[in-house]
Amino acid sequence: MDDILLLDAIERYRNGEMADQEKTFFEELRKTNPAIDQMAVEHTFFLQELQKLSETKLYKQSLNEVENTLVNEGVIAKKQLKGKVKIVYLWNRYRRTIAVAACIAGLVSIGTAALVTIYSDKKKENNITWLKGQIERTKKDVAILKQQSENTTPPVIIHPKFNANFRATGFLIDGNGFIATNAHVINNANNLVVENTKGDQFIAVPVYVNKSTDLAILKISDTSFRKINLLPYSIPKSSSELGEQIFTLGYPKEEVVYGEGYISAKSGYSGDTTAYQISISVNPGNSGGPVINKNGEVIGIISSKETNADGVVFAIKSKNIYNALEEIKKEQLIKLPTSASTKGMDRVHQIKKIEDCVFMVKGN
Amino acid sequence: MEYFYTISGLLSLFKRINYSLVNISDHEQILLQGVATNDKKAIETIYRENYGSIQSFIVKNNGYPDDARDIFQEAMIVLFEKATSGSFELTCQIKTYLYSVCRRLWLKRLQQLQRFNPSVEILEETIAVEDELETHNKRNEDLILMENALMKIGEPCKSLLEAYYLQKKSMPEIADFFGYTNADNAKTQKYKCLVRLKKIFFAQYKNG
Repeated sequence: MDDILLLDAIERYRNGEMADQEKTFFEELRKTNPAIDQMAVEHTFFLQELQKLSETKLYKQSLNEVENTLVNEGVIAKKQLKGKVKIVYLWNRYRRTIAVAACIAGLVSIGTAALVTIYSDKKKENNITWLKGQIERTKKDVAILKQQSENTTPPVIIHPKFNANFRATGFLIDGNGFIATNAHVINNANNLVVENTKGDQFIAVPVYVNKSTDLAILKISDTSFRKINLLPYSIPKSSSELGEQIFTLGYPKEEVVYGEGYISAKSGYSGDTTAYQISISVNPGNSGGPVINKNGEVIGIISSKETNADGVVFAIKSKNIYNALEEIKKEQLIKLPTSASTKGMDRVHQIKKIEDCVFMVKGN
Repeated sequence: MEYFYTISGLLSLFKRINYSLVNISDHEQILLQGVATNDKKAIETIYRENYGSIQSFIVKNNGYPDDARDIFQEAMIVLFEKATSGSFELTCQIKTYLYSVCRRLWLKRLQQLQRFNPSVEILEETIAVEDELETHNKRNEDLILMENALMKIGEPCKSLLEAYYLQKKSMPEIADFFGYTNADNAKTQKYKCLVRLKKIFFAQYKNG
């Protein structure tokens, strides 16, 4: 309570509300009592602080009021800038970003241009060398084969002592002994022998060769060959879709080898529409092998592989077989299988059925 | 035509020189007094005369237009403190003073934000304002301390004290407004609140 009285006295003294007599008394009190004097000083300071706060608040209020009027008049820019100020503002704010972006864009375009030039040139060269390599290799092969054929005396009995100098794959397209394979397989071959998975060998003769589509059809001429009534696969006329899962059986070695992949393009080398591009792991010897989808349909025949790219394999479309049949139907009566008994089977069983109809094609 | 332009250009230049020579004390002194007495007309005049150049300065130097408002307002408060301190002598034009303060404040803000800061263009004349800004900061801190203390004492003390000390209402008015039976009771309550406020304020003030 004393404190409050004192505070009141100090405030009245400050505000000049004291009567002269009281004022003198109060001043005397301050002089004689240091504690009260200290309190008076402290309170005065405190009141000054309060006063400052009050003034500043009022002043800020005025500032805000003035600002609002000016914003309404358009003297002070609102958040939405207009015209030149906005451009200057945006430019200043983003010029660094713009500079960095421009640099990156520049580098990227130069880099891309450089890469495009480098790689496009290389690709051309590669293709050229690849093709040349093929030709040279073919020439070499021809020379070797010629030499071999000159060296070897024509065999009297071909089997069972048959010395083959190439090996490929073929498969039955007719139970009567018609086998489809690649034209390049039987090229330059004097004698041809096909061998099934059991090791039985049969002499075969080509009845159709088309080098442009790389398709050949052989006929087993051996009387020991027993007719297969129902082939486990069918051969469709229609073409297949991208991404379709496929598998193949072939003879890259002395026994049948399974491989699987997918159709990666609907055209073959350099846009050849009579072939597919498939992604599968194949090796020399797989040539002529059937490309079969999960429904047991032979959709193509493995023919070649791009030497300078991985997993790029080309397969002749099955439609070509039909075209071939059109050409030879006067001489040979071939009936292609139209329904696949392996449809819906699991892969292991499919292979078991199909491998009997996939032959190793050997020759010299 | 050219002749005309030259003459009019010279005339306006002369007018400007004349104006600044004659009115540097008069016009500006009046404005300054207006600031000290919280006169809105004076404040508005200063805004109109200076805001544009400050805004373009800040916008040119990586700022938003809203930053310009903040900075200008703070500079105006610095000017207010100067004007009310009583010791302020007009050693330069208000324009130069405000520009210097804003420039200093904005550079500091940029440093705090660590925004990329290209060399700030100095086109205008500036004066050293570092000391003043230090005082301003100290004062600002004190005011924040006081405001926080006011927040802490809670109601109705806060409103009561604000009514008396900030809004300068008379004791009978306050008694009436807050529902005290008479002014004396309100006064006693006010002092009680004041003692609490002082305690909180000085506790922080001394610690700070």
